[in-house]
Amino acid sequence: MGALRELSVTQQVGLLFVIVFGVLLLASLIAFARSLRELTPEQKERHERFVRDLRAVWIGAVLFWLAWASGAFVATLLFALISFLALREFITLMHTRRGDHRALLAAFFVVLPLQYLIVGTRHFDLFTVMIPVYAFIALPILGALGNDPTRFLERTAKIQWGTMVCVYGMSHAPALLLLDFKGYEGRGAFLVLYLVVIVACAQIVQEAASRRLRRRPVARAISRSFSWRSWFIGAVAAGVVSLLMSWATPFKPGQALAIGFVASGCGTLGDLVMKALKRDAGVRHWGGRASVTGAVGLLDRVAPICFAAPVFFHSVRWYFGV
Amino acid sequence: MTLPEAAGLALAFVARLITGAQGHWKGSPPKAEQRIYFANHQSHFDWVLIWCALPRDLRSATRPIAARDYWTSGAFKHWLTREVFNAVYVSRTRSEDEDPLEPLVHALKNGDSLVIFPEGTRSNKGEPQPFKSGLYHLAEQFPNVPLIPAWIDNVQRVMPKGEVVPVPILCSVTFGAPMRLDAAEDKRVFLERARDAVIALGAPG
Repeated sequence: MGALRELSVTQQVGLLFVIVFGVLLLASLIAFARSLRELTPEQKERHERFVRDLRAVWIGAVLFWLAWASGAFVATLLFALISFLALREFITLMHTRRGDHRALLAAFFVVLPLQYLIVGTRHFDLFTVMIPVYAFIALPILGALGNDPTRFLERTAKIQWGTMVCVYGMSHAPALLLLDFKGYEGRGAFLVLYLVVIVACAQIVQEAASRRLRRRPVARAISRSFSWRSWFIGAVAAGVVSLLMSWATPFKPGQALAIGFVASGCGTLGDLVMKALKRDAGVRHWGGRASVTGAVGLLDRVAPICFAAPVFFHSVRWYFGV
Repeated sequence: MTLPEAAGLALAFVARLITGAQGHWKGSPPKAEQRIYFANHQSHFDWVLIWCALPRDLRSATRPIAARDYWTSGAFKHWLTREVFNAVYVSRTRSEDEDPLEPLVHALKNGDSLVIFPEGTRSNKGEPQPFKSGLYHLAEQFPNVPLIPAWIDNVQRVMPKGEVVPVPILCSVTFGAPMRLDAAEDKRVFLERARDAVIALGAPG
């Protein structure tokens, strides 16, 4: 991999995008070939699900390519938009009351833009404390001023939790642009793509493994497919992919393996947490199909990143002291 | 593109960003024919949602009803309802010699589609209030125009009465199967049937 390390940043990232789009193209061709064959209803359903997921990955890859091509500013803006849409979906699922109106407005139109503004302007210290300290004090105050004590703690917790996952967690992905490794300047944008790719890998492999293995689920009431073994296989697969991509990252191969494992493992566990949340909100079947409220399952797709990004960001920062 | 068209597109974009404004067509595909849509009424936002849920080509021929005294009182409000939404104005104060449905009848004779909220006022109790008889009279005079029930979900959370700024929460509009006034159907029976059709769309499932 030494030769690959010698390449310039642009060449490396260009190569990576060629690989990513090549793999996607291959997957699309296989899907197309399969669609020409006669399929049993069960196979057909699986095929349709696969095509739907593949389309989501395509859209994601094209978006990242655009964000990479147009620089850090656009990437940050893109994540802010995704954050907004995810929070919108989260709040739709929760039962809020009239008294929450002002707190919700603050979460959407003050906290969210402010957080991304801080990311964009690289105020690093403020970025980590703005939501856990200031927003978490301000939001309950606004809630209390709403003059409605019914289930106050529950409602406040919902808004805070939504802000934490959808805004705080997600904002760590563009914050990777801030990290300054020695001899690795200007590649932050690539780390974002790297994180998204390994998390997506972990999720796909875990799904496939759980379908093959049919292990006893750990938390049956929440997810029928989650088992420790499939989780482990997913995280290891992500670690291996991370290892294969390590020539374009500041990590040594061993470090890349460990970081890939930890970050993507957190991501898939985050997915489990989101499933629990949806069960609580009374949503059973979600992914892809529009529900009664019209939500399309964006939250499902981004939740793993929301959980993986802060862990990735802080572990890398702590380990390398950047 | 004229200014009102651009304003309409911008407004539709903002409404989509905030509410998603998804239209679910169950039992009646969107079609360029004359129709009367009737829906539950919870917020000022209701009309905008229905308008956004319609395909773009149908928007200009589908008109809302606006109270004349309120929506012509300011220059901007008047411009918005007249130029962007092409609203049909009705007066809320009833004078002796004038039929309050006259402007609606006129619009329907023109071939336009209408969106009406038969409750007459905004309710926030969940279940819609009893329907006013306007829907019945229109159905009687225009027996060939299909009546489409619609259920607007979640919008009371976006903008509760008395608030100005909307909170981003996903909403949907469900359009049901067309219905008509049966021959010799009683007014009360018909209005009850229409209300049930709207409520049935809101039932989960």
